Amino acid sequence: MSGQGVPVLRQPAHRVSRRAVAWWTVRAAAGWLVALVVAAGAVLAMPDRPGGWPLALGGLAVLAAAHTAVMPGWRYRVHRWEATADAVYTQAGWLTQEWRVAPMSRIQTVDTHRGPLQQVFGLATVTVTTASAAGPLHIEGLDARLAGELVERLTATTQATPGDAT
Amino acid sequence: MSPDGWLRLNPKMLAIAPAQEVVKFVPLLVVAALAGGRENRGLVLLAAVGAVVGVGVLRWLTTRYRVTPERMELRSGLLFRQHHSVPRDRIRTVDVTAKLLHRAFGLGVLRIGTGRHERGREDELVLDAVSSVEAERLRVALLDRTAAPRPASGTAALPADAPAAGQLDPAAFQPVPAWRPGGAAGTELARLSWAWLRFAPLTVLAVASVGALLGGVWQLLEQAGVDVTDVGAIEGAVGWLRARPVVAAVGSVAAFLLVAGVLGALARYAEAWWGFRLSRQPDGTLLVSRGLLTRRSVSLEERRLRGVEVEEPLLLRAGRGARLNALATGSGSGDRSALLPPAPLAEVNRVAAAVLATAGTAAPPGQRLRLRRHPRAALRRRMIRAVAPAVAAVLGLAVAARAQALPYWPAVAATALVPLAVLLGLDRYRNLGHRLTGEHLVIRSGSLVRQTVILGRSGIIGWRVSRSVFQRAAGLATATAVTAAGAGGYQVLDCDLATAAELVAANRG
Repeated sequence: MSGQGVPVLRQPAHRVSRRAVAWWTVRAAAGWLVALVVAAGAVLAMPDRPGGWPLALGGLAVLAAAHTAVMPGWRYRVHRWEATADAVYTQAGWLTQEWRVAPMSRIQTVDTHRGPLQQVFGLATVTVTTASAAGPLHIEGLDARLAGELVERLTATTQATPGDAT
Repeated sequence: MSPDGWLRLNPKMLAIAPAQEVVKFVPLLVVAALAGGRENRGLVLLAAVGAVVGVGVLRWLTTRYRVTPERMELRSGLLFRQHHSVPRDRIRTVDVTAKLLHRAFGLGVLRIGTGRHERGREDELVLDAVSSVEAERLRVALLDRTAAPRPASGTAALPADAPAAGQLDPAAFQPVPAWRPGGAAGTELARLSWAWLRFAPLTVLAVASVGALLGGVWQLLEQAGVDVTDVGAIEGAVGWLRARPVVAAVGSVAAFLLVAGVLGALARYAEAWWGFRLSRQPDGTLLVSRGLLTRRSVSLEERRLRGVEVEEPLLLRAGRGARLNALATGSGSGDRSALLPPAPLAEVNRVAAAVLATAGTAAPPGQRLRLRRHPRAALRRRMIRAVAPAVAAVLGLAVAARAQALPYWPAVAATALVPLAVLLGLDRYRNLGHRLTGEHLVIRSGSLVRQTVILGRSGIIGWRVSRSVFQRAAGLATATAVTAAGAGGYQVLDCDLATAAELVAANRG
């Protein structure tokens, strides 16, 4: 499919920041920790515990460990983005992979978002919206400085490009 | 009119609003009447009615609106003051509805929509109610783009707009002829033909709703303590049915329900579409006016039109009929976007072409446009999706029967679902197709409701290509054309990856 003249879906050129792996790991671990504590607390609070509860809790813990260990590295390999002179591309997805493009001329707003955890790791999420109800493009885990530059560039380009097809 | 331009709603609402409020508060009034002791029941009822009427009068007294060159404003409420203000260039739709009571007084309810949703609720101003003349004046004035200042929008793909004057055109505020049933002037694109009534019984929903209505009435009567079998006519009918063999009895009940359903569907069609007229107004809007008891008038800016959608539910398709909806930014879907009643396919195609042509897209897609088929792998996916649930149902019932939880006949009966599922899968694949023309993207899919979307290419504001694990294994992809109109995105289901890439490449920017 890579022959001349045949259009192909362009694989976005960039990966997100390497530090995003650490961020995703910490976030997943924290989420699972809360879930495990709540589950354990609920089981221990029961007057007569159902049989096999250590097995169920153990299974949950194994699942949590596996997810926390595998997900961030996998996600780092899958999540890609690119901003060319005429469009923004993203690619993401675990079982169902989704590839998105928003042409520059259709972009309405460009936002960044930095949660407390992202700030610790010096990361940011960039959200690019168009006029559609079908939802925006997200680039998660970009280097914060790079994200700032990207937003500036996109804002400048979209202001120079008229119209948004609304 | 006060010096700063604030207007009140029509004073006739002083008569209508209390009547409406009383109807709304009937349950409350009943409670009030029952709660009061026997001796002061009349007094309590009087106080309650007085309070309800007072609320209606207060609402009229406190509601004011005005149109300035930049904004439409609405103030209401006494204890909770509300001030809605909408920039005029954000107004997308101006609809007028007149229910029976309003029509008796020559009034209409005006809804001014911006097409935006805030916290799940549609952002709209409602004027309940103004006179028909005022409603028409506001409709024309608010949608008149030459009068309202508006930010520059160059590539809106639709015909070049008249230069923004920046000033309110005084002519827009001259009274216009009264809002007549059948709509105002303009170029007529379609009007109701009574021969289309034959499509009414083919709308399953209408037939089913009559059944639901009968059931509801039955339940009400039962709750009210009326023994339905006591009514002479029904008693006679039940006696007559009892005397027949089971097959004849079931058959005649089914026939009765069918006839009632068909009559109900005819009545609903007539009520909803009486005096239907679709016209193009000189101010660049499409105007749909219709309705027998409740008169509706829906305006749609052609500037906002991005395409149309032809819907063919199975029965309607069998009768060679279809529905036509507009895909416009800021008008969502549903009742408001209907451009035609269920009508013959040829008429739907004619009107679709006329509407698309006015939206500045030169070559309307032909009636017999050949669509590109999707790969055979898509057939396999359609079949698996259709047949697997049927097979699962049969197996589930069989297992239940083996465990003696059920008799065997449900499992045997369910096997009849399998060939139906095969037909469904085949039809879903047969209907799957798309085509990129110079001006449009045409997408067709579905079986029980076949949907053909004709989307102007300039209205496509992005693409998504998604591939599930199974699609990757089969070399397929689903490409979604993202648009600001209608549902927000329209899927080209299960095309091959190269086709998806082609579509994306052809429509970038």
